[in-house]
Amino acid sequence: MLLIFLKRVLAAIPVLIIVASLTFFFVRLAPGGPFDSDRAVSQEVLINLQEAYNLNAPLSEQYFDYMSGVLVGDFGPSFRYPGRSVSEMIFTGLPVTLELAVYAILIALCVGIFSGVLAALKRNTFLDFIPMAIAMIGICVPTFLMGPLLVLIFGINLELLPVSGWDNLPGDKILPSITLGFAYAAYIARLSRGGMLEILGQDFIRTARAKGLSERVVVTKHAMQGGLIPVVSFLGPAVAGLLAGSFVVETIFQIPGLGRFYVEAAFNRDYTMILGTTIFFSAMIVFFNLLSDMAVMLFNPRARD
Amino acid sequence: MSKNYLNLFLCLIFITSCGDNISPVDSGLENQIFHFGNGSEPQGLDPHIVTGVPEHHILIALCEGLTSSNPKGGEPLPGMAESWTISEDGRVYTFNINQNAKWSNGDKVIADDFVWSWNRVLTPSLGSQYTDMLYYVEGAQDFYDGKINDFSKVGVKALDDNTLEVVLKNPTPFFLGLLSHYSTWPVHKETVLKHGSIDDRNGQWTRPGNFVCNGPMQLKTWELNNKIVVEKNPFYWDAEMVKLNEIHYYPVTNVMTEDRMFRAGQLHSTYTVPAQKCPVYIEEGNPNLSIDPYMGTYFYRTNTLHPVLKDKKVRKALAYSINRKQIVDKVSQCGQKPAFSFTPPGANGYQPKTEIPYDIELAKNLLAEAGYPNGEGFPVLEILFNTSEDHRKIALAVQQMWQANLGISVELVNMDWKVYLSRESSGDFQISRAGWIGDYEDPNTFLDLPMPGRGNNKTGWVNREYEKLVNQANQTLDQEKRYDLFRQAESILIDELPVIPIYTYVRQIQLSPDVKGWDSNYLDHHHPKYIYLERD
Amino acid sequence: MDNSSLWNDAYRRLIQNKAAMIGGLILILLIFCAILAPLIAPYSYSYQDLNLGASKPSWDHLLGTDVMGRDLLSRILYGARISLMVGFVATGVALVIGVSWGIIAGYFGGRVDSIMMRIVDVLYGLPFIIFIILLMVIFGRNLWLLFGAIGAVEWLTMARIVRGQVIGLKNQEFVLAAQAMGVSNMSMFRKHLFPNILGPIAVYATLTIPQVMLLESFLSFLGLGIQPPMSSWGTLIKDGVESMEEYSWLLIYPGLTFTITLFALNFFGDGLRDALDPKTSSD
Repeated sequence: MLLIFLKRVLAAIPVLIIVASLTFFFVRLAPGGPFDSDRAVSQEVLINLQEAYNLNAPLSEQYFDYMSGVLVGDFGPSFRYPGRSVSEMIFTGLPVTLELAVYAILIALCVGIFSGVLAALKRNTFLDFIPMAIAMIGICVPTFLMGPLLVLIFGINLELLPVSGWDNLPGDKILPSITLGFAYAAYIARLSRGGMLEILGQDFIRTARAKGLSERVVVTKHAMQGGLIPVVSFLGPAVAGLLAGSFVVETIFQIPGLGRFYVEAAFNRDYTMILGTTIFFSAMIVFFNLLSDMAVMLFNPRARD
Repeated sequence: MSKNYLNLFLCLIFITSCGDNISPVDSGLENQIFHFGNGSEPQGLDPHIVTGVPEHHILIALCEGLTSSNPKGGEPLPGMAESWTISEDGRVYTFNINQNAKWSNGDKVIADDFVWSWNRVLTPSLGSQYTDMLYYVEGAQDFYDGKINDFSKVGVKALDDNTLEVVLKNPTPFFLGLLSHYSTWPVHKETVLKHGSIDDRNGQWTRPGNFVCNGPMQLKTWELNNKIVVEKNPFYWDAEMVKLNEIHYYPVTNVMTEDRMFRAGQLHSTYTVPAQKCPVYIEEGNPNLSIDPYMGTYFYRTNTLHPVLKDKKVRKALAYSINRKQIVDKVSQCGQKPAFSFTPPGANGYQPKTEIPYDIELAKNLLAEAGYPNGEGFPVLEILFNTSEDHRKIALAVQQMWQANLGISVELVNMDWKVYLSRESSGDFQISRAGWIGDYEDPNTFLDLPMPGRGNNKTGWVNREYEKLVNQANQTLDQEKRYDLFRQAESILIDELPVIPIYTYVRQIQLSPDVKGWDSNYLDHHHPKYIYLERD
Repeated sequence: MDNSSLWNDAYRRLIQNKAAMIGGLILILLIFCAILAPLIAPYSYSYQDLNLGASKPSWDHLLGTDVMGRDLLSRILYGARISLMVGFVATGVALVIGVSWGIIAGYFGGRVDSIMMRIVDVLYGLPFIIFIILLMVIFGRNLWLLFGAIGAVEWLTMARIVRGQVIGLKNQEFVLAAQAMGVSNMSMFRKHLFPNILGPIAVYATLTIPQVMLLESFLSFLGLGIQPPMSSWGTLIKDGVESMEEYSWLLIYPGLTFTITLFALNFFGDGLRDALDPKTSSD
């Protein structure tokens, strides 16, 4: 197990290098540069600006400069925000996004697995239909609708909670966490119901039941172990997606998280910032995928090679 | 497990709802703290590097130039300079620096601070984007281009600590207006040099704790993408005038979020009003809605190098078949005015005399003369715009008008901001949406744009007669004669129509009735020293 | 086992499932509406009545009009064409690539698996917005690119889920038995692995379709895909959200159409899965 883990960590290095290199050239190919603005910059000024960021050097030189910087942990200065380094910006946004993601994932897991497993056990009863109908609606209602809707109800009409911010006013973390968590709860509910149904139909569950084991033991010890595999393999990309995809929630609720930096960097063509956040997110994705693969192996001993 | 969680949540909701329910707007009233919706995170707080409106809103509180903008618009008021004299030929300005002017660390503001600061702006390796604001100063452009290496040859000199002399290339009647732009403002030499060199874009002097400047407020905290807090600067020369204790700037990019924050009492003022809300607020007579004239024009650029659009008749036909009144009444719906000239009327007393008729028959005839009777044989052109609900609605209306009135069809092409900009500046477009906001209160800030060779022209339009008139106007001291020349230039522009004006902007925001001293002016400059909070 | 009787059985089971049949009928109806939109829509999708503006549902405009005075019913009908096509085609692309990628990686394991999954990791990591903008520069803005771009992104999660399932299955007795009998790889995938992972695939596919339909509205923000005045459900919903307080019908009707479609799809998908899956037939 440990060996597999170490192997995968080693395999992550070329992945990150390839992602960084591709992104490095992609951003420079995309039309529009970091210094384009609606008040056109004169040619002389543009040359001086590019000089300031060494953008006039040959591409290969820029590439090796950048990569050798990354190796020692220097992601360069942001083009959009002079005076800020990319690392500094990532580390101001990261704790906020992580906190939001943790709350959201907890909500999603609790609500999702509970209703999914329940629905599978009580198949074709109201305890199946109602949670699944809610889950379907949860999937239909995108975050960009869910967020404003919750804000209008709890923030503006009932005046219970602040409508925006993070750590500025008491209670301002509740609505964004629910908004982000709800979307994923719906997915997890559907996936866990599907996985559980698959397992509950299998012979070893029938055997266990026939042996007279209590329903609780059958479900928690035997069925859930295999039935939640789809959830576990979904969780890896989901956590990574949650970090990158928190952009919508961060925008709706005016949260100073990493998701906004990631997306806004692309729109601003802030080359170093795009690269920095991309490398960072790729590392997260690789890491969480690795974790979920490990978890699948734990859940399902047969999956070990 | 999930039941416990639910209980926990219910508890949380109760705790928060039982807690103090005083909104930031209410508590701000007591403590004179102004909560300000500021659009987006500023690029930075170095006045010589940044560009943009949110940056201006903060810098006007933190720093001050030789003059300060008049809250009612028009002639600038004294700032760091308590008075000034202008020579007969209009080329030499002598500023007397206010003896009480101090930096926020207590140092005196001296004339040399300005010389050094302008030297900094004009240092090429700093990469300042507003260098052209200082090109009116003798030798400034030559210094930037490297033709002069000695800054003392540039026309700005400290005669003594309290006297600054500026020599201009040409008499420039709007020069004092330029000084209200932050790129001409001073920075504190010792502080900048302590945290970097003169040309260091990434110097750390703008951070809280390091920041030193000379405005009515000083920097207190700066949380990236969350808020910037500025507090009263006790060393400000006019500190008695300042009533606000703090201003909190929130970079709210999402206009709907901002609208909800205002309604929940989290903001005193917003950056804008969502387009779909504006007509509703007007209709219900919302007292928080504030709509002021704004010196800006919304227009369509035409690519005059395009084989079809190079014909003036085609451009006229397109312009004459747009029903501007319907666009402002039914589409933009926020008090905008139809534009019949490129320069917004009333810029420092300038009234353009041009007309753009809405005349379908005339437009049809023009199109027929150009070889496309009833639109036959007219190619499908594209309207390029950056993705935004507002631009899309106007483009849809124009598309329909051209279809119905001229029988021609156009396609709408929306692109993200940077792609749109790069296509526009490389001439890879046919018709493109654009807007222009005046940098200072003078027609030149508009009429300079379509000049040949200007980076903002982008239409490929070259007209030597026009160029001659604008240049001539800018060497004329007599304001009446000068405006006359501008009017002649403007008629050429509106006859040729490389730009098709659509409407004149307004500044629409939501403003709490508690905010007092918020005067309307054409450039939308609101100096915080006049603003205070009071409930009627 | 005779192949045709297997299909006949499945068909019979499907017919007997009422929820699935209702879902299927609704889907067929929607597809017909989409195809016949130019004939049945009361107005053109682009027809504006600026003087009318946003109006509540009335006899002239059954579902009301938007701020440009355009008939909402017509725009929903035309929008069905884009959204259904994007939903099915892009999800189809994602399914085909994702399932085959996942089965191959999971079944062979070892170095093949490791290389294939690292490719997935790389693609996951690339910045999506820049990727789309580049694709547009290279290929122009056409509808096929839209399908390709969405499919190219959505297959990644599919591949991971399928791989996880296959790894779970491949050491089970029936797979080992088939291997011992010398079954070819191709028929191993088709006959033994694929039917057993159909459940999670069906579930994930029904989850992907709504995602894809909404993703389309984001891509049209970047300039890819449909251009105004053409409508899609994604863009209608996005516009509806922005004016939900003023003109609620602009959100309610497109949202309702979207939700009904997804429910129909879901019931039909579940029914199909049950019908095709021999194990659940006894339930």
